[in-house]
Amino acid sequence: MKYLGAAGLVIALLAMHGEGQGQGRGNQPPPSARAAASFDPAGYWSSLVTQNWRLRMVPPGKGDYIGIPISAAGKKAADAWDQTKDEAAGNQCRAYGAPGLMNLPTHLHITWQDDNSLRVDSDYGTQTRVFHFGSWTPPQPRKRSWQGNSIAVWASRRGGRGGPPSARYLRITTTDLLAGYLRKNGVPYAENASLLEYVDLFKEPNGAAVVVWTAVVDDPVNLETPYIISSQFKKQPDGSAWDPTPCSAGW
Amino acid sequence: MLQRIGTAIVVILAVSALMLAQALPNPDGIELSGSWAARNFTDAIGNMPGGGPRPVEYMGIPLNDTGRAWSLIYSQSQVSMPERICDYYAPTYIAIGPMGLRIWPQSELLTGSTTAWIIGGWADFVPITIWMDGRPHPSKYAAHEKSGFTTGVWEDDVLVTYTTHMEAGAIRRNGVPSSDQATMTARFSRHDDVLTITARIDDPIYLTEPYYLTRSFALTRAPLNPATHPCTVTNEGVEAQRVPHYNPGQNPFVDELTKLYGIPQEAVLGGAETALPEFRKKIKDTYVRPPRCVSVPVSTCGGPGTYPPID
Repeated sequence: MKYLGAAGLVIALLAMHGEGQGQGRGNQPPPSARAAASFDPAGYWSSLVTQNWRLRMVPPGKGDYIGIPISAAGKKAADAWDQTKDEAAGNQCRAYGAPGLMNLPTHLHITWQDDNSLRVDSDYGTQTRVFHFGSWTPPQPRKRSWQGNSIAVWASRRGGRGGPPSARYLRITTTDLLAGYLRKNGVPYAENASLLEYVDLFKEPNGAAVVVWTAVVDDPVNLETPYIISSQFKKQPDGSAWDPTPCSAGW
Repeated sequence: MLQRIGTAIVVILAVSALMLAQALPNPDGIELSGSWAARNFTDAIGNMPGGGPRPVEYMGIPLNDTGRAWSLIYSQSQVSMPERICDYYAPTYIAIGPMGLRIWPQSELLTGSTTAWIIGGWADFVPITIWMDGRPHPSKYAAHEKSGFTTGVWEDDVLVTYTTHMEAGAIRRNGVPSSDQATMTARFSRHDDVLTITARIDDPIYLTEPYYLTRSFALTRAPLNPATHPCTVTNEGVEAQRVPHYNPGQNPFVDELTKLYGIPQEAVLGGAETALPEFRKKIKDTYVRPPRCVSVPVSTCGGPGTYPPID
């Protein structure tokens, strides 16, 4: 027993030593999200719509649900969708909410609003999303919106401790959504739907860059299984293609 | 005295064990092993099991004139030819096919290093071997194989693979061609239990610029069968010496999407500009939204039960 105690002490000391090697620098405050960024997505980006074209680039016909794990309740709601009612009620932006926005044909303008807030503007529907890092909490009382409240972290692909440091991706969690549409033909998501997004930035040898935006929408009411979808954006040299257009229920 | 010697031995053994453990570095990268269920939402049309896109549906593909012309003379009946029945099953099928993936490493047992990642779980397709041991690609004069030749490296814990030496095949399941000069760069990016593959296909013969495709998969506890049954050449009755095709200007499906979905011809025939948001301006006044889903069969309109939950 005494032997085991001595060995345990040595192992613990060595383990602590190893862990310390993988940590940061003492008691310094954590760097800002901007300083800690694994990549800087700031700039202009353009959707590359190479997949599901006729479901994304143009508004599809009513009842076209291919590619969405729609539930019976979701289908019932979508079958009752009426574009003119949305227009009359001023709900033209229902298909531009955060769960569907990144899959729409849009340009993005990404900027650092401050050192701990990343802002993403879309010209399609003139929407704005803000991703808050650090200890930010949504203002009270909580208010629902098309883009909701988003909290972001630079996430590591490695779990646990030890090993070499891992480059990170952006993980975004969004809540406080207004109910909206996943597609422009009224496929619904509920206001309590959860939205988790993963963002990667890949640089090509020729200097080009591509952002891949993977979203997981979970809505037990309107979906039979989580809706996992990825969208790609190509870096633009400038904002010359930027073309703000208002929300439209029909185009 | 004996007690001290015993303590010393235990300490030495413990330290030795730790040093030995530290001497064996973890393999590079992150864990990709497992069964990954296809979540074919990103390209529900292109990846549709048993189906795929319409015969002339080239929107979003950066085709050049040669690629477009070659696509338009293609007849789906070509897959009934013994010589072409396996044409689709190049490594590019990882981006355009409907299947899930079973991934496992091939390890060097003494060091634990990964010499290759294997992707199986395919029907009609031999597994893809992604060589991780630094071996070079074959000479440009080497024979091209249906499986191509793929190497991989880890970049920031994303597996980046590069495939060359493929045979001519297709980059969309309606005969849009890829040449034997095509290459594919694929990035395997894992986030939690979601795997996203971003494929970039370069083809100097048929494309004007890189063609990007993404697919997402969810880790599943239900194992996908790693056994494969490679595409088998059979006789489906196509007359020998005959290649089913359409002569230039005679493809009967060229206006099918316009009639069914109201999509203007200039979009249907593809090209790099059709993938960009600003292309919508060109077709705003000519697109005619169908009043309801007109897909045939009607099951391809989707609906409850189309995408069962995974375990």
